[in-house]
Amino acid sequence: MARQVQTPAPRRAAVLGGNRIPFARSGGPYARASNQDMLTTTLDGLVARFGLAGQPVDEVVAGAVLKHSRDFNLTREAVLGSQLAAATPAYDVQQACGTGLEAVVLAANKIALGQVESAIAGGVDSASDAPIAVNEDLRQTLLALSRAKTPQQRIKALASIRPAQVVPEIPRNREPRTGMSMGDHMAVTAHEWGITREAQDEIAAASHQNLAASYERGFQDDLVTGYLGLTRDQNLRPDSTVEALARLKPAFGRDLGDDATMTAGNSTPLSDGASAVLLASDEWAAEHGLPVLAHVVDAQTAAVDYVHGGEGLLMAPSYAVPRMLARQGLTLQDFDFYEIHEAFASTVLATLKAWESEEFCRDRLGLEAPLGAIDRTRLNVNGSSLAAGHPFAATGGRIVASLAKTLHENRHEKGSGRGLISICAAGGQGVVAILEADQ
Amino acid sequence: MTPKAVHQPTDGYTSFVRSGFGKALSSRLGLPQPVPLRRFTPGDPLLDGPALLATAGREGPFGDRLHAFLVAEGVDVVSEAPEDPRLGAIVVDVAGARSVSDLELLRGVLAPALKRLGRCGRVVLVGRAPETLEEPEAVATQRALEGITRSVAKELRAGATANAVYVLGDDAEIGSAVGFFLSGRSAYVDAQLVRVGGGEFSAPGDPARPLAGQVAVVTGAARGIGASIVDVLARDGASVIAVDVPAAGQHLAAVANRVAGTALQLDVTATDAGTRIAEAGARSGGIDLVVHNAGITRDRLLVNTDADRWGSVLEVNLAAQLRMDDVLLAPSGAVKEGGRVVSVSSMSGIAGNRGQVNYAASKAGVIGMVAAQARLLAPRGITYNAVAPGFIETEMTSRMPLATREVGRRINSLSQGGLPVDVAETIAWFARPGSAGITGQVVRVCGQSMLGA
Repeated sequence: MARQVQTPAPRRAAVLGGNRIPFARSGGPYARASNQDMLTTTLDGLVARFGLAGQPVDEVVAGAVLKHSRDFNLTREAVLGSQLAAATPAYDVQQACGTGLEAVVLAANKIALGQVESAIAGGVDSASDAPIAVNEDLRQTLLALSRAKTPQQRIKALASIRPAQVVPEIPRNREPRTGMSMGDHMAVTAHEWGITREAQDEIAAASHQNLAASYERGFQDDLVTGYLGLTRDQNLRPDSTVEALARLKPAFGRDLGDDATMTAGNSTPLSDGASAVLLASDEWAAEHGLPVLAHVVDAQTAAVDYVHGGEGLLMAPSYAVPRMLARQGLTLQDFDFYEIHEAFASTVLATLKAWESEEFCRDRLGLEAPLGAIDRTRLNVNGSSLAAGHPFAATGGRIVASLAKTLHENRHEKGSGRGLISICAAGGQGVVAILEADQ
Repeated sequence: MTPKAVHQPTDGYTSFVRSGFGKALSSRLGLPQPVPLRRFTPGDPLLDGPALLATAGREGPFGDRLHAFLVAEGVDVVSEAPEDPRLGAIVVDVAGARSVSDLELLRGVLAPALKRLGRCGRVVLVGRAPETLEEPEAVATQRALEGITRSVAKELRAGATANAVYVLGDDAEIGSAVGFFLSGRSAYVDAQLVRVGGGEFSAPGDPARPLAGQVAVVTGAARGIGASIVDVLARDGASVIAVDVPAAGQHLAAVANRVAGTALQLDVTATDAGTRIAEAGARSGGIDLVVHNAGITRDRLLVNTDADRWGSVLEVNLAAQLRMDDVLLAPSGAVKEGGRVVSVSSMSGIAGNRGQVNYAASKAGVIGMVAAQARLLAPRGITYNAVAPGFIETEMTSRMPLATREVGRRINSLSQGGLPVDVAETIAWFARPGSAGITGQVVRVCGQSMLGA
């Protein structure tokens, strides 16, 4: 009888650190940088930080949300252009704003199963260098032209080109199934949950102040590498205050009239940037003399029916977190730090409010009791997307590296050593994860 | 790995005088005629021609050792200058000279031999450090070597240099210093007198990679001289932790990656800078070499220098080094026994410079720090030295006003600016195992600049 071969028993993947370039506002200093440029540079910064030049890493996984068709092998091409050994395999993933965290989860899972010993997970996005496609009519005509075999067929195909076909297809920040922008979707949810303008502006001001403080105390020194003259996130306003934010006019949900609360100040701007995280087995980390910042404990995705199901577009993380907590036997309060991606300040507030709501937790999540409130002083302690900006696929890597470092720095404090990550994504999706530091 | 020139501004004058017409014109006008200096590339022989080895004194205590060293390096050793080829070097053991009349022996050797010295040739005198002698005439005789070395250096032409090794005792390990002065690694080091004592070390396994297995930390590594230091240390086998401020991160990553080193972004003035460097070093098993290269200028006449301009320069260039050393050099600190520290001083710290009172203060302070640390660290076999660069062609000097830049380039015995690699080679020499007996020294890399000489 043939010997039955075993799948290795799972182990925890370690987060060793990360790198990102400062995030720029769309049309800013990275306007002419491609996704491949930014991802390559970010990988090189990570390689330099950990002394990996010329060395292979078992796998690199990354992705972009706004992606040119020519970038079908974006991550592998970035690896080939980087200082990593050319014998480093790579693949792309795409899960809207969840891309970066999903990449981390995939890498961590492969490490957990012993399929790889080291991996880099990342993401990149450029809202400036966005792909512009030819008009769908023109595309069909050009395809017909390429199929044409005789001169007559070619002339016929060319003759069908019309001036209107010159107008290109420009990607829009809209949900294809509703035609509504993400911000307008969120405005509906915020209104339903009664999220106030003041609460949103407080979240936004805190994000700027926390991120600025983290730069000041050198926290970002080994998380960020300058790029194209930018050394800090372009969107960061260290002197941001609730008062200043209160003066801005609403940008989303304007059909709500006086009830419109979402402004350019408490919503993330379109951004350009990239991030990468180095993960490995504990053994690989020890061999390379690299301290483990934290381990990836668990992860969960969820999706909601925002089209017909009456749920908000960005509410999926509120569903994902309780499922993960139940599996781990944890409560929402069993964490030292919370990283809730600030797509909009109101997203964070609506998520927290949902977990506090007996009705939501009972009717939507099927729980006997609400998850309850969290200690707000433990939320996004080093700033989040409102201050840093949000290059879609790059946000997950930013958060994972930053949280892992925060947990490591606080490993001697009394607490659980655990951190929770929650990221909402287009298409009504959410990706969440738990990191834990060795204590 | 071959070091790449990070930035080499064009020296228009040098290009001109090397052209046919320029050469004729400058020669007729008696203008300086800089020649391309002999710089080291891996695989080069120590010298391009034979070395004349002589003794000037009642005895030559180091003659045999010098002979053995030169032969081992593959140098053709002669006792009289041949008709052809020209001499690559003149090496004279003057350590036995004790009377003024002994100096005539030195003249007798040098005068005819200097005429036979080739392009980028070398004069190296080995003397006895005057402070180790007591008898007045003996002290005077040895002290005279300083005047002779410096004057000969000024008389030499065509890229040739003159330097001296002052031994502190009979156990002095002179090979490393003599080898450095003879080689192309000391291209821009001229008229320097280095004191050499005994020291314990084991010879490197691979002479081409004398720093193999060592871990070096270089601050201010993102560009200019710092980037060149990283390149040269890596070429010599060291694994390098390249440190610079986060704002220079993109350059720093490129520098670290090209030598497969590590980039460490931090501001050396941060209170935890020493701790963070120590942690990075610990990952590689401890630090063998620290190069304090990070430095800034905030030039203004003193009357226009406010507390901020004053303080920031002294903070980065001096106070930060003292603070980091407190951590790195603490007993059982990150720097290993037998380790090396090199700080980058400056000609301004020796000669002073108009508009650079703050900078000169910091760089002169470094010289004091070196002397004190060398004494303190001697029992642990850690050496502490400084280089004092003169006019080095960098991005910084390329931004100087034309006239200032031209004067800076020409007022030295080699009639040209040095390159970052010249500073880097000198630092790498301090780091070599054979330099264990060299500590507390300040070596100028200035082509014998007239400033502060």
